[in-house]
Amino acid sequence: MSAEFWITQAFNGISYGALLFLLASGLSLIFGVMRIVNLAHGSYFMLGGYVGLSVVWRTGSFLAALVAGAVAIALIGIGMERLFLRRLPGQTLGQVLMTVGFALMFQDVALLVWGGDPYTIPVPAALQGIVTAGTLRFPAYRIFIIVVAVLIGVGLWVVLDRTRVGAMIRAAVDDREMAQGVGIRVPVVSLGVFALGAALAALGGVIGGGFLGVYPGADFEVLPYAFVVVIVGGLGSLPGAMVGSLLVGLLDNFGKALFPELSYFTLFAPMALILALRPTGLFGRA
Amino acid sequence: MLALSDVHTYYGESHVLQGITLSVSPGEVVTILGRNGMGKTTLMRSIIGFTPPRRGRVRFKGDDITRWPPYRMVERGMALVPQGRRVFASLTVRENLEVARHGQRGRWTLPRVLELFPRLGDRVQNRGNKLSGGEQQMLAIGRALMTDPDLLLMDEPTEGLAPLLVREVGRVIAELKREGLSILLVEQNLPLALSVADGVHILSRGQIVHSSRPAELMANEEVKSRFLGVA
Repeated sequence: MSAEFWITQAFNGISYGALLFLLASGLSLIFGVMRIVNLAHGSYFMLGGYVGLSVVWRTGSFLAALVAGAVAIALIGIGMERLFLRRLPGQTLGQVLMTVGFALMFQDVALLVWGGDPYTIPVPAALQGIVTAGTLRFPAYRIFIIVVAVLIGVGLWVVLDRTRVGAMIRAAVDDREMAQGVGIRVPVVSLGVFALGAALAALGGVIGGGFLGVYPGADFEVLPYAFVVVIVGGLGSLPGAMVGSLLVGLLDNFGKALFPELSYFTLFAPMALILALRPTGLFGRA
Repeated sequence: MLALSDVHTYYGESHVLQGITLSVSPGEVVTILGRNGMGKTTLMRSIIGFTPPRRGRVRFKGDDITRWPPYRMVERGMALVPQGRRVFASLTVRENLEVARHGQRGRWTLPRVLELFPRLGDRVQNRGNKLSGGEQQMLAIGRALMTDPDLLLMDEPTEGLAPLLVREVGRVIAELKREGLSILLVEQNLPLALSVADGVHILSRGQIVHSSRPAELMANEEVKSRFLGVA
């Protein structure tokens, strides 16, 4: 196999990993702060894509689609957290059942509103080109995804690591009870993190809609990937989400390219291995 | 300042606190003594709101705070130095103090806390999990002070510390008392506990079995040997 093959596949893997990061960073933060396993997180991705699609159809603006998708889904997240999930602190089974229930309802609503046909979100002309380097050809849109993920990743890192609000979030991850015991309004922090996580997933949905498309079932298709990322990287860890996303993006791409009949195996076997050797994930703490 | 009346607290079915009534007046240091497992930490958890009482009342500065969430208690002027320190491991010393800061005009500021604990000053950029036990204890006390409290709940602040550090903690408690802070102190170190206290309660099996002034307890060999295991 040529070097070209490896470089192209690595690039595809990295850009897919970048998309996964948008999805998984929010999932990981939400789990870290609230200990909620949110199985509706894939729905935020799908609904974000659909909202973005409608906005592009209506306004023709991709930027408006990104903003509207993120805001709309953040509001849905806020509603879910305030009205429902907050009432189930520490009840893992109740949370799982409730978030699965929401995911199924979102699926029905999406089918009702947008129908069963797959769509692709039209992207701006500037992002449609191909960037060539020698004999290598890179789609500009995939470069755009990587740039967005890097910007979001750096932004999240700066907020989490360099600001007082970020320190409050980390304090809540370290010791939720004691965080309240030093006067941090943990319920407000939780709500903010939940809204942010939902918005990031929706952003991923709009951006993903530009090359994966928007279609029924996208929610439960991306969800396992997000969970593999979070479990491999370590629950609640931002560096973990970054490394996990890249790893899963690359594994998935090379798995599908080299052993297409074993693609689930190449994705989940390393996860099982990492879990067996390091149950808290690469960056997780006990 | 603080008044508990007939407080009953449960862990599931286990009836841990069985009718606790006690009070702390402004500027007073009240010490809770007792063997392990007698409910001392549960008492602290009941007051700060981590494990709210199932029955009974907790009043603080005139408000009935029995069912308040912990962060509201802290905003109202209560602070906890918890058992086991519970310093935020992934936060630096500076961040541990900053997240607890209450408003901008508190009596306690970062420089003042570092003045009280010079050892922390050299380590402001170190993360909580890189500190020694003594430094973690200083940080836990400093963090509580940053919330600008009127009442400090201290749960075994000398646990596991070397004698030199025990004396250091004793110095700090005495200094805070001089400043007029009210303190409810759970402590196993009898000499320290008695030296700073205005009043002493002994907790046994979830009930207060003895209340007196420190000097009276000091003289009461029967109570000391029966409830504290001190000869």
